[in-house]
Amino acid sequence: MPKETVEQYIGNVTDTVSSFWHGLSITLSYLLRRPITTQYPDRTELPVRDTLPPRYRGFLEVDASICTGCQACERACPIGCIQINLEKDAANPKLRVVTQFDIDEAKCMFCGLCVEPCPTGAIQHTREFEASQRSVRNLTFRWADPENPFPVYKVVKGAEYFPRAPLGSILRARLEAKRWDAPGPEFLPPDPNAAAPKKAGPGAKAAAAKPAPAKVAEAKPAEAVQAAAQTAAPAEATAAPVAPAAPAAAQPDGGAAAAPTPPNPGDGQPA
Amino acid sequence: MPVNYPPAPKHTPRWMIAVTLAAMVGIPALILGAVLVATPLLQPGVLDAALGFGPETSPWTRDLVYVAAVLGLGFLMVNFGAIFSGAISWYERRVAGRIQSRIGPNRAGFLGFFVWIADAVKMILKEDLVPAEADALLFRAAPYFVLVGFACTFVVLPFGHSLAVTDLDVGIFYVTSVTALTVVGILISGWSSNSKWALFGGMRSAAQVISYEIPAGLAIFVPVAMAGTLSMQGLIRAQGGFPWEWFAFRNPAALVALFILFTSQLAEANRTPFDLPEAESELVAGYLSEYSGFRFAIFFLCEWGNIWVLSAIAVTLFLGGWQIPGVTAEQIDAVRGAATVPALAWWGWNALSLVVFTAKTLVLCNVVVWLRWTLPRIRVDQMMGLCWKYLVPIAFGCLVFTLFWQVGVGARPQLEAITGGVLFAGAVVLALLFGRRVRLNIQAVQGDKFDLSNW
Repeated sequence: MPKETVEQYIGNVTDTVSSFWHGLSITLSYLLRRPITTQYPDRTELPVRDTLPPRYRGFLEVDASICTGCQACERACPIGCIQINLEKDAANPKLRVVTQFDIDEAKCMFCGLCVEPCPTGAIQHTREFEASQRSVRNLTFRWADPENPFPVYKVVKGAEYFPRAPLGSILRARLEAKRWDAPGPEFLPPDPNAAAPKKAGPGAKAAAAKPAPAKVAEAKPAEAVQAAAQTAAPAEATAAPVAPAAPAAAQPDGGAAAAPTPPNPGDGQPA
Repeated sequence: MPVNYPPAPKHTPRWMIAVTLAAMVGIPALILGAVLVATPLLQPGVLDAALGFGPETSPWTRDLVYVAAVLGLGFLMVNFGAIFSGAISWYERRVAGRIQSRIGPNRAGFLGFFVWIADAVKMILKEDLVPAEADALLFRAAPYFVLVGFACTFVVLPFGHSLAVTDLDVGIFYVTSVTALTVVGILISGWSSNSKWALFGGMRSAAQVISYEIPAGLAIFVPVAMAGTLSMQGLIRAQGGFPWEWFAFRNPAALVALFILFTSQLAEANRTPFDLPEAESELVAGYLSEYSGFRFAIFFLCEWGNIWVLSAIAVTLFLGGWQIPGVTAEQIDAVRGAATVPALAWWGWNALSLVVFTAKTLVLCNVVVWLRWTLPRIRVDQMMGLCWKYLVPIAFGCLVFTLFWQVGVGARPQLEAITGGVLFAGAVVLALLFGRRVRLNIQAVQGDKFDLSNW
C-alpha cells in the first residue's frame, strides 16, 4: 500500500467535510421542492386512458354487430389467444352464427396483428388498460354468447363505412360490470364419476388434453391448439360426441394419466 | 351492477385528516404525558410516603413494590421506544420520498401516517419461519438480544429534569455496555440462520460495531472529563441552558468529539452510510435475510428505535440535554417543595424540560434521516479505514486536548465562556451560509421554487 502523506490525510478530511456540506445542501433543497411524481390514480387531472395517444394498444374490443366471422384475426394471432367458433343457424341453415369469440387478454401481447386483417374494423385495440382481476380466467373476454349467438355481418359490396360502436364503449361497459374480485368461471365441466374431488383435478386435466387430437380431424389447426389449451365450456358443447366420453375414459387411470404423454396436438397437424 | 372501485376522492376527507392529526399529536402526547406523570411518582421516596412504609416494614414488601414500580416505568419507556420507532419509520419514508422527488406512503390515513400500524399488523400476521437447517434455538433467541440491548438503554435515558427511570452513577458507561448486546444478537442471528448472506452480514456487523465502539468510547470521555461524572443527569447538570453553555461549544475538542460520537453511533446502529451488515444490494438483507414475521419486526423496531437512543445520547452528552435556557437545574429543584407530591410549578418546569429535550432529540433524529438519504453506502475497507485511520486518532487527540483544556479552564474560568461564544457564533454563521446555499440550490432549477405542497 502506498504511503499516505500528511497532505493527503488532511485532504481526505477536508474532502469529507466539503462533500457533506454539498451533499446535505442538495438533498435539503430537494426536500423543500415539489415532488415531480403525480399520484396515480387519484390526483391525475384526467383519467389516464384519456391522456394516452390515440394509437395506444390496450385491451382488444370486438363490435359483434359488424363482425363478419371471417376468422382472419384468429389466424393472424401469433400466440393463439383468440378462439372463434361458427355454426349454422338452426332456424335458417343459410345463416352462419358465431357461437364463440373468446379473447384471452392474459395471453395477448398487444401486437395488433389481429386488427390489421379485419375487413370491417370490428376488432380494435382500445385505450383501456386498468382491468386487473383476481382470477386470471376473468381476463378471457367472451364477445359471443353461446346461448344466444350473433349472426355474421354481411358486407355490402363497395361499402366504405361500417357502423361501428364508439371505440372503447363496449369494453368500458364490460369492465364496469365486472367486479375485480369476481370468481373465475369453471372452465372444466364437473366430472360425473368423480368420487373424491382431489383426484378429479389431474384426471380432468388429462381428459381435457386427450380429446384434443380427436378434434383435429374436424377442427382447423389453430382451433385445435386452442381447444387443447383452453377447453372452454362452449368448446366442449360443440364437440358433443367426444367430450362426455373422454373424462370417463380417463378417470380409471387418473393417477397414471400424467405419465404417458398424450400425443401433442401440434404433431401431425399439417396432414 | 357493482362498479370496480368507487371514484377516488380528490382530497382526503376531513374526518380522516382530523383522526390522523389527533393520532399524530395524541399518541406521543399521551405517552410522554404518562412519562411525565409516572416517573417522579414511582420513585422510592414517594412510594414510601404514599403506602405508609416505615422502618418497621419488611424489606421484602418494599423491594417488591419498588421492583413493580420500576417494571411499570420500564414498560412505559419501552412502549415509547416502540411507538417512536414506528412513527419514525413513516417519517423517514416521507422524507425519503421528498428528497427523491416522489411522494412516499400516502394511502393509510392523511399523509399515509398509519402505514406503520399497517406494517406492524402485516408483520404479525405473517408466518414466523425458521429455516430447516437453521439452529432453531439461537435463531429464535437472536431478536430478543437485540431488543434487550435497545430497551435497556431506556433505564438511564433522561426525558427531563426528573424524568428518568433511574439515575445510575455509571449511566453513560451502562449505556455503552448494554448497547453491545445488540451486536451479540446480530451475530447470533447471522450465524444461526445457516445462510451465507446472513453470516456475512453478522460478521460485518461484529467487525463494524466493535471497531466503532473505540472512537465512540473515546469521544464519550471528552464530556465525562469536562463534567467529572458518568451519570447522565450529572452530565446534563454540568451544562447550561443556552447554546454557549453546552459542552459542544465550550471546548473546541468537544465539538469534534460530537461529530466523532455521532458518526460512530450511526455505525453502531447500522444506519446508512454504515448499513453494510444489511446491505440490500450486496447481501439481500444481511443478517435479516432469513427472518420473517414478528422476529423481523423486532429487528426493525430496534433499528429505528436506536435513532432515538443515539440522538438522545448525543443531546445528553454535548447539547445541553433538558436544560431550559435561563433556568438552572437548582432553581427547579428549589420549587419542588417539601411535600411528598411536588408543587405545581415543579411539574410545569419538568414539562418544559421534557419539551426541550424532545425537541433537541427530534432535530438530531432529522439529521440522521437526512444523512441516510444523502450519503451512499461506504465500502468495507473504507468503513474500517475511517474508523482506525481517522476517528480513533482524532478522538485520542480530542481527549488529550480536553485534559489540558480542563487544566487551563481551572486556571482561567472565563476561557470556557469566550470559546462558547465564539464557537456558537461560528455555528450560527455556518448555518446561515448553509441556508443560503440551499436557497441557491433551489433557485438553480428554473421556476422550481420553495414548495411544500403535493403531500
